[in-house]
Amino acid sequence: MDKKYQPIIGMETHVELKTKSGMFCGCKNDPDAKKPNIHTCPVCLGLPGALPVANKKAIEWTIKLGLALGCKINKLSKFDRKHYFYPDLPKGYQISQYDMPFCYQGKVETSFGPVRITRVHLEEDTGKLIHQNINGHNVSLIDFNRSGVPLVEVVTEPDIFSSVQAKEYAKKLRQIIRYLDISDCDMEKGGMRLEANISLLNVKSQMTNNKSNSKFKLPNYKVELKNINSFRFLERGIEYEIERQREILESGKTPIQETRGYNAEKNITFTQRTKEEAADYRYFPDPDLPPINISEKWLNEIKSTLPEPFDGLFKRWQEKYNLKPELVELLFETAEESKKLEELFKKCIKEKLSVEKFVNAMVHKKIKTIEEFKKMTNIDEVSDDDLKVIIEKILKVNPKAVADYKAGKINTINFLVGMVMREAKKKIEFQRLQDLIKSFL
Amino acid sequence: MDLLGLTIKDIEESLKKGVFSCQELVKESFSTIKKHDKKINAFLTLNEEQALKQANHYDNLIKKDKNIFDEKPLLGIPVALKDLFTTKDIRTTAGSKIIGDYNPPFDATVVKKLIDAGAIIIGKTNEDAWGHGSSGENTDYEVTRNPYDLNRVPGGSSSGSGAAVAYGGVLVGTGTDTGSSVRLPAGFCNLVGLKPTYGRVSRYGIIAMASSFDSIGHMTRTVYDNAKVLEVTAGVDPFDSTTVPIKVDQYTKKLGQSIKGMKIGLPKEYFVKGLDDKVSNSIKNSLKILEKLGATVKEVSLPHTDYAMAAYYILVPSEVSSNLSRYDGIRYGGSREMFGAEAKRRIMLGSYTLSSGYYDAYYLKAAKVRTLIKRDFENAFKEVDVLIVPTSPTLPFKIGEKVDDPLQMYLSDIFLCPVNLAGIPGLNVQSGFVDGFPVGMQIIGPQFSEELLYKVAYLFEQETQYYKIRPKFKNG
Repeated sequence: MDKKYQPIIGMETHVELKTKSGMFCGCKNDPDAKKPNIHTCPVCLGLPGALPVANKKAIEWTIKLGLALGCKINKLSKFDRKHYFYPDLPKGYQISQYDMPFCYQGKVETSFGPVRITRVHLEEDTGKLIHQNINGHNVSLIDFNRSGVPLVEVVTEPDIFSSVQAKEYAKKLRQIIRYLDISDCDMEKGGMRLEANISLLNVKSQMTNNKSNSKFKLPNYKVELKNINSFRFLERGIEYEIERQREILESGKTPIQETRGYNAEKNITFTQRTKEEAADYRYFPDPDLPPINISEKWLNEIKSTLPEPFDGLFKRWQEKYNLKPELVELLFETAEESKKLEELFKKCIKEKLSVEKFVNAMVHKKIKTIEEFKKMTNIDEVSDDDLKVIIEKILKVNPKAVADYKAGKINTINFLVGMVMREAKKKIEFQRLQDLIKSFL
Repeated sequence: MDLLGLTIKDIEESLKKGVFSCQELVKESFSTIKKHDKKINAFLTLNEEQALKQANHYDNLIKKDKNIFDEKPLLGIPVALKDLFTTKDIRTTAGSKIIGDYNPPFDATVVKKLIDAGAIIIGKTNEDAWGHGSSGENTDYEVTRNPYDLNRVPGGSSSGSGAAVAYGGVLVGTGTDTGSSVRLPAGFCNLVGLKPTYGRVSRYGIIAMASSFDSIGHMTRTVYDNAKVLEVTAGVDPFDSTTVPIKVDQYTKKLGQSIKGMKIGLPKEYFVKGLDDKVSNSIKNSLKILEKLGATVKEVSLPHTDYAMAAYYILVPSEVSSNLSRYDGIRYGGSREMFGAEAKRRIMLGSYTLSSGYYDAYYLKAAKVRTLIKRDFENAFKEVDVLIVPTSPTLPFKIGEKVDDPLQMYLSDIFLCPVNLAGIPGLNVQSGFVDGFPVGMQIIGPQFSEELLYKVAYLFEQETQYYKIRPKFKNG
């Protein structure tokens, strides 16, 4: 695209927490149970007289995520009612958080720059509508297994400037959430749902534009792209939207403020709801749920459960083991798994094996243990003392190679390594042998 | 046998001694109801078969173990439940036809507690639909009549419970009090009616009217009976996060203790024009009796009283509009068009006051006024132990008298609503009779002071014994 228009994108991401029970009731948290409506009770069905009781674990996990995203935590928070009519919303309102979210002002780093997090709040998921044809009749069925599942929403500032960056942000967010082990973020099953607010900024008409400190004036409209269930669709949907909006702007018009969906088959976006139909949610504090004080003590308890920061872990591993983040990130999801992985790295070091190669083998050859790695590389057990005897012998019978090496032809060492291995009739780790030979030269 | 001649204490003794059986008691309850209810319309649903079965079961228990009453303090007591109380497998209508054939799959916490304590559920009582009203006339069913005069209202919204206890159908009638709904029918029907401290009694399973106001109370003929029931219903409930883990007092234990030196406050803002002289005189008379019992009376001020009704009628409809949104026409059968005029009025008012752009001017402002009202009471309780005010500014009014004037209807609650805004307890006891009609007097105390309220009410009741006066079924 030409430089006339700059895409301005903000994201809203919903994630289902994998707590044992529901957000406000004791039902099993299993939104994808095979049979419909088996994990329901008066509370999540919204029966008359039923009352919500907040799930403490879900609150703690939301705060944990906020902390991992560098957010500030509200000392006093509350739940609010968000009203709208829909058949899958049994109370006629969703319990959410309006003006006092648990977490605010965080940040996610991307290779294009930081994306500021506006807020992280907690709410309840709705039921699920299933449209089916039964005995020749088109019917809509409601499954309430998902009703009342804890749902976290992460909202960003309009700090994303391309479809690629949006995808990177979303992937990074998923990685962090999985690392905390608070959600599986299964996008196909709706465990993680993406929404992007997209508009185009006319760069030429706004010379004050300055991406790096975000001091540009936002466009006077935005289009909400909703319910996207894959990173690829996110990227494509945004790209389609940028092109669509550019054409409208080029024709001298302003795109309508609306909610659009993405059709993956046709690779297009389509109108779902326009501003005129937008609901007034009539938010007010839920009188059934007392405000929540997050004491210093409680916050510290939550902090103590936080693993080593995700970015910090990669940095440390790069420095300590020379591991490339894009490779090693394929080997674990949760912090627990990262700890187990590092145990293996430590074992490698102890056994004088290359962590880098081990990781390579894990990624490319799908090995899981150090034993497998050894077997694969076929490294035989042989002591340094035994090797030294052989090395001395080889160096003696190859004076030219030794001389060449000393003269600066350092590649000659590879020839010497080969000779030692042949003489030893064993497979020995290349690096180890090279180091040993160097000590003689 | 005659339920109007019995108290919970009497029944326990009689059952123990075998003067009568549980079954005989329950049969008497149903025969009284059948005799009067065609005209009074206190009940919407009767639970006869189940009640008799339960009574039979309890008769067997008593035969085996006379100490069963320690475990089940309300054993055999006939109780009527307002139809906002969710009852497992017993139709629960909220007085509305929208959920006219709703059979809940669970019991409200209070219902469970009453059943566990041995109470026998006789039936479900009539009410202003969803609790909206002061007279009982907003029911979608037949209007409940006052047993003292069938042309008059019994007070609402817990109209059926009030009338049923008054005519001797049951010993206890439960109610919900969002603005007046237990105390007003108690005042109009010569009963003791408690609006407990908000959070003292669980709201779980009580169909919500305005969640931050709803207080779950009950009506009985005597103070002792009332205190006895609260011992069962009060307490923290893990299913209601607004209940408070404060120890439940043995309310009956301190009844009879002296109130010598107790300071009673008379809020000057409550004794103004609009208050019927007859009512005013009755209260003044009662205060003299309390002084005779050793209390001192002084005037106090609740300066923000004038703003209470306005704040109440913004906050309550706001919550009402939210709570009624679940009756969306998809579930429970009835469509939203079936809401009565009063419910529609409150849904519209509340939707408006919560709308974006109006929220700050209405809801938020009213919430601030609520804090001021609360503070008024806190300040008053620095000077006095309890407050006494009339329950209603008028005598029980005629059926139809105020139905066309919602504002006049709202003003019936003018002395009661501020207590709900503040979340404190209020107890109606009988101040006396004027022209053959009961006049109620409300004793108000600080949060969780139910024990104190009962103490004052009990001595007054022992002195006056108005509870012995029976309804005349005038115009019946």
